[in-house]
Amino acid sequence: MPPCSGLDDIVSAVRAAHDAAIPLRLRGAGSKDFYGGMLAGELLDLSGCRGIVAYEPTELYLTARCATPLAEIEAILAEKDQMLAFEPPLFGGATVGGCVAAGLSGPRRQQAGAVRDFVLGVKLVDGCGQVLNFGGQVMKNVAGYDVSRLLAGSMGTLGVIAEVTLKVLPRPPLETTLVFACAEAEAIGRLNDWGGRPLPISASFWHADRLFLRLSGARAAVEAARRQLGGEAAMNPELLWDSVREQSHPAFAGSLLWRLAVPSAAPCPGLRELRAIEWGGAQRWYDGEAEAVRDAAVRLGGHAVLYRAPESMRCREGAFAPLAPALLALHRRLKRAFDPKGILNPGRLYAEF
Amino acid sequence: MLKSDNSQCCVDPANLERQLRRFLPQHCLLVGEEDLRPYECDGLTAYRELPLAVCLPETEAQVIDILRTCHRLGVPVVARGAGTGLSGGAMPHAQGIVLSLARFNRILRIDRLARLAVVQPGVRNLAVSEAAAPFGLYYAPDPSSQIACTLGGNVAENSGGVHCLKYGLTVHNVLRIRVVSIEGEVFEIGSEAPDAPGYDLLALMIGSEGMLGVVTEVTVRLIPKPELAQVVMASFADVARAGDAVAAIIAAGIIPAGLEMMDKAATAAVEPFVKAGYDLAAEAILLCESDGTPEEVAEEIARVTGVLSAAGASEIRVSQSEAERLRFWAGRKAAFPAVGRITPDYYCMDGTIPRKRLAEMLSAIAVMEKKYGLRCANVFHAGDGNLHPLIMYDASQPGNWQRAEAFGAEILELSVALGGSITGEHGVGIEKINQMCVQYATPEIEAFHRIKAAFDERGLLNPGKAVPSLHRCAEYGRMHVHRGDLKFPELERF
Repeated sequence: MPPCSGLDDIVSAVRAAHDAAIPLRLRGAGSKDFYGGMLAGELLDLSGCRGIVAYEPTELYLTARCATPLAEIEAILAEKDQMLAFEPPLFGGATVGGCVAAGLSGPRRQQAGAVRDFVLGVKLVDGCGQVLNFGGQVMKNVAGYDVSRLLAGSMGTLGVIAEVTLKVLPRPPLETTLVFACAEAEAIGRLNDWGGRPLPISASFWHADRLFLRLSGARAAVEAARRQLGGEAAMNPELLWDSVREQSHPAFAGSLLWRLAVPSAAPCPGLRELRAIEWGGAQRWYDGEAEAVRDAAVRLGGHAVLYRAPESMRCREGAFAPLAPALLALHRRLKRAFDPKGILNPGRLYAEF
Repeated sequence: MLKSDNSQCCVDPANLERQLRRFLPQHCLLVGEEDLRPYECDGLTAYRELPLAVCLPETEAQVIDILRTCHRLGVPVVARGAGTGLSGGAMPHAQGIVLSLARFNRILRIDRLARLAVVQPGVRNLAVSEAAAPFGLYYAPDPSSQIACTLGGNVAENSGGVHCLKYGLTVHNVLRIRVVSIEGEVFEIGSEAPDAPGYDLLALMIGSEGMLGVVTEVTVRLIPKPELAQVVMASFADVARAGDAVAAIIAAGIIPAGLEMMDKAATAAVEPFVKAGYDLAAEAILLCESDGTPEEVAEEIARVTGVLSAAGASEIRVSQSEAERLRFWAGRKAAFPAVGRITPDYYCMDGTIPRKRLAEMLSAIAVMEKKYGLRCANVFHAGDGNLHPLIMYDASQPGNWQRAEAFGAEILELSVALGGSITGEHGVGIEKINQMCVQYATPEIEAFHRIKAAFDERGLLNPGKAVPSLHRCAEYGRMHVHRGDLKFPELERF
């Protein structure tokens, strides 16, 4: 397939693939090729579909074509002192379409919400090559099913996100980072205790018995919270949070990495291979054996994602936690509703579709 | 006996009643006309229909049995919470049953540490915050009907409220739901942990207006109650300036806890009723709430006041006590009943527009008031562009309702033309079903039908609501050529 440089190219590529029943592998910058199920199908190179279509700072939205680099979006937002509040990883050249499709949020998620919370509208090319517009540019819109948010984390299996509109937010006037010395259980306890109080905590990161806490907000609120919480001021906080967001921090190193999403107050699962804790206790990173990690996640009321692994292990284990049979059947029906021939990123979310 | 007034229908009411009685005790099934009458409409009273029966199950097992029975017999099911909806979403189907979740009214668990509440769908919105209050927590979405509306209904409509600019809609505050499908299968959607695996079905279910499944349990996120809240009230000599002031607040990097506007007609209706102290000489007033720590609030109020002065506010007042704050809000929250006192009937619209188009919309509404010969008061969730024009009419006057309906339709269609939406938080229901044909084109509407079929192949859950048939859109398009384009040109015209 030739690279796509715009909506018309996407439509004709998908139509051709649909007619010939050729599976397509959707790719923006390829920064998340490591993530999710196996890569299969002919490459649909979307990297030419870029550019910011609209940005209205006082309406709090930005619309961009799918392969617009997040870095470009962040730069234009920064000029108006605004930001993507879910703080997605940039992974070098990550694009906005891939960001929504993968549904990965960064450190600020515990305060601001996830990718899906900021998706306002999409222009989608479904598996038949039809252009569909869902949602829009306004904050509140309950006309029709909320397909735009459904696409967050769908791994490109429901359609090619050609254009997306995201809600943007003002940057907090002040940020400061505190550090505390504490072990795993104590960190989880503290994070949940603080979470129940009206404190401007925008990120948390625990690794090797040190707990980092970022406070963001109005100057007065940050300063008051800092006095209340104690701790010490962290060195080079921007570098730290960047390395957490980009997973370049040593805590994330290695060829095997599990991400456990659990209720924030879930106790320590007793696995030795804990690497890091984020999101007020709700996101925990491990390496370790698949069975033990998956069992621990279920025991704690959450789920495990095989975030990074050697190819053989990804093949064997599947990246995402298995779905209950009734839910899997529903997923298949939904997949068919958007992509009846199953040509879009087959197996990237679940091997079954 | 169930009434049987449609011999053409495939539903045999006597058989349906017999089947339901097998597992529903006497007090859980209503079939007499006088018992059914209270269920004939929701908060949108202009649309009414009597169902064949009303089921009031008390257990999830009964819900499953009801849905299985209806699925087997091909009987439409309309789920209902408190019936406070404003779009006719809970209006019964003449050949179907109403499934009331009113008896699912227990708060199952409040987890202080994890900051969440597990509740049944018939629990009232405000009851959640009341139960969480001893822990210093609350549930953020606060629709004006919060003393009566239920969480199940909030999930169905993706309800908002005056604080959703800062704290989000229902979709941002629900973690997990338990759902029974029309086939009687139980799904757990979402989780207490973030980012549940698979598609974000929670996003799809929330706001789906009872078309995809019946919710039997809801887990919501609770957040710490701010230490302090204060409101700034500003008067403006014209609405355009007030609109610009809203944009200026956002541009200054402030996301207030609430940002509301009322026009002169609205304050005039409200003031004698509530005595909130509104400036009746102003063409528009803004209410801007700040919450947080006392230091934070003081800082934000100072910034907001500065922005509003610079934007040309003619008068600015800051609430000096909690009692005064509540009084400022009381007028806004009582706007609907207050308008109800000065007119026999009113019709509330729910369009959303980009904030910058506000003045344009309000002047267009002023022209429409003359065109339709009806008055309109405007209250507005200004911060997120959600407009609630209240069209005043008298249902006892022939033709009055039809004019109100046409007036409303024109407002909604202008909302779409201005780059907005026909509904911000009330839902499409039966009321805005025609305007869906204006909001969306054929391919999207077909996609909605395919989604519906993935959950409910036979189309038994709340049929005829939320998503119009293409046939209906063709009919509407024929009556109503939109922006010079004929919608659905490929369809045969009648």
